[in-house]
Amino acid sequence: MSTVTDTPGTTPGTSPAVRPVLEARDVRKSFGSVEVLSGISLDVQAGETVVILGPSGSGKSTFLRCINMLEEPNGGRILVDGDDVGYIERGGRLHEVSGAQLAKRRADIGMVFQQFNLFSHMTVLENIIEGPTGVKRVPKKVAIQDAKRLLTQVGLEGREGAYPRQLSGGQQQRVAIARALAMHPKLMLFDEPTSALDPELVGEVLNTMRQLADGGLTMVVVTHEISFAREAADRVVFMDGGVIVEQGTPAEVIDNPQHERTRAFLARFL
Amino acid sequence: MTGLTSFPTIETAVRRKHPWRWVAAAVVAVLLAQLVQFLIINPGFGWDTVWSYVRAESVIKGLGTTLWLTVIAMVIGIVIGILLAVARISQNPLLRAVSGAYIWFFRGTPTLIQLIFFYNLSALLPQLSLGIPFGPAFLQVDTNDVITPLLAAILGLGLNEGAYMAEIIRGGLLSVDNGQREAGQSLGMKGSRVLRRVILPQAMRFIVPPTGNQVISMVKATSLVSVIALSDLLYTVQAIYNRTFETIPMLIVACIWYLVITSVLYVGQSFIERHYGRSARRTTGSFWNFLKIRPTPAPSAGAASLGKEEL
Repeated sequence: MSTVTDTPGTTPGTSPAVRPVLEARDVRKSFGSVEVLSGISLDVQAGETVVILGPSGSGKSTFLRCINMLEEPNGGRILVDGDDVGYIERGGRLHEVSGAQLAKRRADIGMVFQQFNLFSHMTVLENIIEGPTGVKRVPKKVAIQDAKRLLTQVGLEGREGAYPRQLSGGQQQRVAIARALAMHPKLMLFDEPTSALDPELVGEVLNTMRQLADGGLTMVVVTHEISFAREAADRVVFMDGGVIVEQGTPAEVIDNPQHERTRAFLARFL
Repeated sequence: MTGLTSFPTIETAVRRKHPWRWVAAAVVAVLLAQLVQFLIINPGFGWDTVWSYVRAESVIKGLGTTLWLTVIAMVIGIVIGILLAVARISQNPLLRAVSGAYIWFFRGTPTLIQLIFFYNLSALLPQLSLGIPFGPAFLQVDTNDVITPLLAAILGLGLNEGAYMAEIIRGGLLSVDNGQREAGQSLGMKGSRVLRRVILPQAMRFIVPPTGNQVISMVKATSLVSVIALSDLLYTVQAIYNRTFETIPMLIVACIWYLVITSVLYVGQSFIERHYGRSARRTTGSFWNFLKIRPTPAPSAGAASLGKEEL
């Protein structure tokens, strides 16, 4: 099925000793006759923070959702920690895995959504321990301890008993981050985590994310916050029209863009 | 212009008069008086007969049949409803079609006919057998030995209820935001676990109120089984008035008991609704609210908690 000959992981330029956490090769996705992703290739190393910038409709959220199979790609290949997420390689072909196996693979990939998506019928604590106790079978006592530590980390100590509706948007998003972290994911995906927030609440969420980036978490962040990209990203990727237009350090892409499309996009934020 | 030092404020505002309320009250009072007079002076009601039969042993026994027939039919209906609803929104096109066909048939034909149909199943299938189609049968029994009036009633009411519950449950499941499912999936939860732990608990808020209506409808729908000679509440009072010709008093006996059951269910329903609404803070009307002239504002509407109500 695949005509890609370069095996993921052996890309020149990356150290062969350390395998990237995320390896995406020529990922394609169409909705009907509209091609949203026209061949995205991206490696993310362990501990790296990659920020994807781009105009609305450029396919950046779709790419993120393809990584944990919330959207099914139509072509290419995506490996997380060396394994396909929704497939298994057998006899030179990829085979779709069962729902249970897909779920197991997803447990290693944390995701933070634009709309928070906290379970509204559960308290903050129940939200955070649901994954560890229900999926990973962590003893409840251990999960609660871990949850309290994570709540402190995101600056929400003592809010265990609150329901999501009792929290501000910024607080809900920080709980959502803690909920994803509770699974101790190998890779964290942030899908426009501050886009649904009031302007004065954006800072608290970005601060939390910056701490995580500094702490060595492997993160792929889709956002419109240029300042976050400048300060926290190891690498900035600019996407437009379903392709990666250019990528590099924040200094290269944001301060000295090479492509006209990147310049036009960034001009709107100045 | 008066100075700013003295001006009228809202506290001392003159409230609107509501003259039409008094007119309406007078009209209702007259009608009510006429109704009471009618109930008292008309001997046709036979209140003595009503009181002497309302706690008669046979009536209570019929009441018991009605009650547990309601419970069994609802349980069957809810179980079938969940299965049909999940099938209806599943990825599997065959399951979707089968579920749709079931709902189409059982909602599209009268319950009364379905009951009579099951009761007369032996005319269509003299023998029930378990085996391979066109092949050998492992187990064979006479239909009339299996389909008693009771089983016909349970099948007729339960299978029919399943079709209605399926639509209610499906609507509830669809009303939960898809982001909740995605959040569960991204935590590594399997589809069945997402349904059980995330979707269903939140769908309950939308499922419980119409299910309460279904239970109340079912209490009354069980009276249909009197046509297949099952001694429920209605059949019991019919049996008595066929003997004594006290038709109206006996029907009032039945109505009194139906009203008692549905009133109890109504109160229970509002408690369950309050339980499932606790994370959403939706105001459900109290049972006694209709007795109050002015609807009391919900406590959550107070200014102190305004900020918390917003997302």
